Amino acid sequence: MYHYSEFDADFLTARNRQFRDQVARRITGALSEDEFKPLRLMNGLYLQLHAYMLRVAVPYGTLNSAQMDQLAMIAERWDKGYGHFTTRQNIQFNWPKLQDVPDILDALEKVQMHAVQTSGNTVRNVTADPLAGAAADEIEDPRPYAELIRQWSTDHPEFQFMPRKFKIAVSGSPQDRAVTKAHDIGLRVIKRGSEIGFEVFVGGGLGRTPMIGKTLCEFLPKSDLLPYIEAIISVWNLLGRRDNKYKSRIKVTVHEHGLDEIQHRVAERFAEIKPSFGGLDQSLLARVKACFEPPNFKSMNLKSFEATYAKDSSFRSWVDINITTHRNPNYAIAEISLKAHGQTPGDASSSQMRIIAQIARRYGHDELRINHTQNVILPHVHKADLPAVYEALQIANLTTANIGLISDIIACPGMDYCALATARSIPIAQRIALRFKELKLEHDIGPLKLKISGCINGCGHHHVGHIGILGLDRAGVENYQITLGGDEGEAAALGVRAGPGFSTDEIIPAIERLVMAYLQLRKNPQEIFLQTYRRVGLAPFKAALYPAANAPKDTV
Amino acid sequence: MGIIINDTGFIVDKWGSVSVLEIASDVDPNHMDILADCQYIRINFSNFTDGRIFSLARLLRLRGYSGALRAAGPMISDQYAMARRAGFDEVEIPIDLALRQPENDWLARANWQTNDYQTNLRATVNNPSKRRG
Repeated sequence: MYHYSEFDADFLTARNRQFRDQVARRITGALSEDEFKPLRLMNGLYLQLHAYMLRVAVPYGTLNSAQMDQLAMIAERWDKGYGHFTTRQNIQFNWPKLQDVPDILDALEKVQMHAVQTSGNTVRNVTADPLAGAAADEIEDPRPYAELIRQWSTDHPEFQFMPRKFKIAVSGSPQDRAVTKAHDIGLRVIKRGSEIGFEVFVGGGLGRTPMIGKTLCEFLPKSDLLPYIEAIISVWNLLGRRDNKYKSRIKVTVHEHGLDEIQHRVAERFAEIKPSFGGLDQSLLARVKACFEPPNFKSMNLKSFEATYAKDSSFRSWVDINITTHRNPNYAIAEISLKAHGQTPGDASSSQMRIIAQIARRYGHDELRINHTQNVILPHVHKADLPAVYEALQIANLTTANIGLISDIIACPGMDYCALATARSIPIAQRIALRFKELKLEHDIGPLKLKISGCINGCGHHHVGHIGILGLDRAGVENYQITLGGDEGEAAALGVRAGPGFSTDEIIPAIERLVMAYLQLRKNPQEIFLQTYRRVGLAPFKAALYPAANAPKDTV
Repeated sequence: MGIIINDTGFIVDKWGSVSVLEIASDVDPNHMDILADCQYIRINFSNFTDGRIFSLARLLRLRGYSGALRAAGPMISDQYAMARRAGFDEVEIPIDLALRQPENDWLARANWQTNDYQTNLRATVNNPSKRRG
C-alpha cells in the first residue's frame, strides 16, 4: 500500500488548516455562501436534503485496517454510527455538523486519509479495479498509476474551477471491473507486443446524457500518462461549456466538437506540455511503485478448508458465490457483501467496520478494497483462513452470499438523503432483495446486475445495469422506468428503455415477471440474463413486462 | 480600478500608463497573438468560478511569455496560490471584495510555493524567469 511521504503529510496538514480557516471566515462573513460553496465542495462537504454530507476519499478503493478502524470511530463519534460506501469507492457520512468537519478531517489525516476533491468541479478521487494486485488476469497493477494521478490532480492549480466535475478510472486487466468507459477519462492497461501502455477512453459518463467512452488514443506509452491527461483536461477546461451545467461535461464537448477535433487539439496541447515534465514524474512513479509490492504470501495446508467446504453447506455457498480466483492458487479474493437482504445497499455500521478491519489485520495482509458495487473486498486471503474469516464475518451479519446476484444491487441514496432525487431508491432495492429471497430463486437466476437510480443523474449506474431502474417524479408520484441490456464491463453498453414506467406498487411484480421470463427464455442455466437478452432481444421481455398491452394481439 | 495584490500584500499599481494587452477569459487559446515586445498582459474575468484564466496563464508561460501577467476580476484569496502557480504575477480585485477579504487573507497564501504537488512532478514550472526550478 501507499504510505504518505513527508510531502503528502505536510500538504494535508496545511490543507486542513486552510479549510478550518475557510469555515471560520464563512462564519464571520468574509466568505459569502457562493464563495464558500466551491471551497467546501473541493473538501468533500455537500449540503444534502436533511444535513451536511461528508464524502471521504478512498483513493482507488484501497485502505488498510487502521484506516477502516478510524472510519468506524468517525461514524460513531460524529455521525450516527454508520457509513455508506459509494460507487466511486468512497465512503459518505450523512449526518456531520459543519463545525465538526475540520476535526473529522484532522482525524482522517491521522491515518493518511482525506476528503480532498471528492466533490466540486475538480478532478475527483481516481478509481481503479478493486482486484488490483490480486486478479489472475491482470497485465499490470493499476494502483501506482492511480496514485500518480492522485498526486498530480491534488490541488492542481489549473483544474480547481473547471466547467464541471471530472472522473478518471484505471483498469489493469482485460476484464474491466472499473467501469472505465463510463468515466470522463478511462484508462485500460494494454499490451502491444512486449510493450505495455494505456488505451485511453474519453467522454464516457452516465447521468442525463449517458454516453460510452470513445477511444481517444489506442496506445499511450506509460511515460506520457500525466502530460496526456493534462492535455485533455486543459483543452476541455478552455473549450467545455460553462453556460449550461447539463452540457458542460467532456462527453458533450466531444459530442459537439467531434472526436477528431478533440484528438487534434489534445495532440497540439500535449506537444506544448510534455517537455515541462522532463521525467520527474517517472522518478516519482518508481518510488510509488515500490509501495505496491505484493504481500508475503504464506504457505499453509488446505485440508481444513477442504473439509469445511465439504461439510458446511452455508460456508460452501458463500465460497462459491463470494470468492474470486486469486493469482496465487492457494489464495482467494473474498468479497464481503454489504447487501444483506432488506438492508440499505452499501451501508456498514461502526461495529461491522471494526470486525472487517480486524479480519484484514489477522487474515488479509492488512488490505481492504472498496468495490464500486458498494461491497468490501479482502484481496488476499489464504484459503486455509477462509473458514475462520467466515466465522468472524458471521458475528457481524456479513456472510450474505449474493455477490453478482440479483440482490447485490447498486442503489443511489435517493430521496431518503439526496437533494436532487425525484424518487426513493433504497426501499425499492430492499423490496426486490427480500422478494427474491422469499422466492428462493436468486442462485438459480445466477449473475444479474440490477442497478437503481433515484433521478435522471444516474448515480445508481442504472444505464449499465443488465436491469436498470430509474425513479422519476410524475406529477408528484414516484414512477419507475426499466432499462434492459446495459453492460458495465469491457463490452460496455447502455440499456434500452423497455416502455412506460411503473408505480411503487407495480415495480416489484414487474421485475419478477421480467426475471421469470428470463428463466423461461434462457437456453440453459449457464446462459446469464444479459446473454439471453442479447440473443432474444427486447420483445419477449417487453411482452412479460406489459402483459395487458399484448393481450389483444395474443388473442387475435 | 481595483486593488493590486502580490506576495507582499496590497500594492500600488506600478503599471501606470504602459501599454497593456487585454485578454478576455473566453479567448480562443489558439488566437492569443502576443507581440514579441509585449511586456504587460491582463486577463480579465467576471466570475471567480471562471477557471479558464488558470489554463490561459499557464499556456502563455508555456509559450514563452516572460512579461508581467495580471489576473483582473473578483478572485477570492483562496485562489491566490492557484493563480501564482499557474503563472500570474499579481491579481487585481474590486475594492468591495478587498474590504471583505483584507490584506491578511491574501498574505496567508503568499507561501504558494510550498506544498505544491506539481513541483514533485515536473522539471520546469511555468515562469522560468520568476519562479524556482
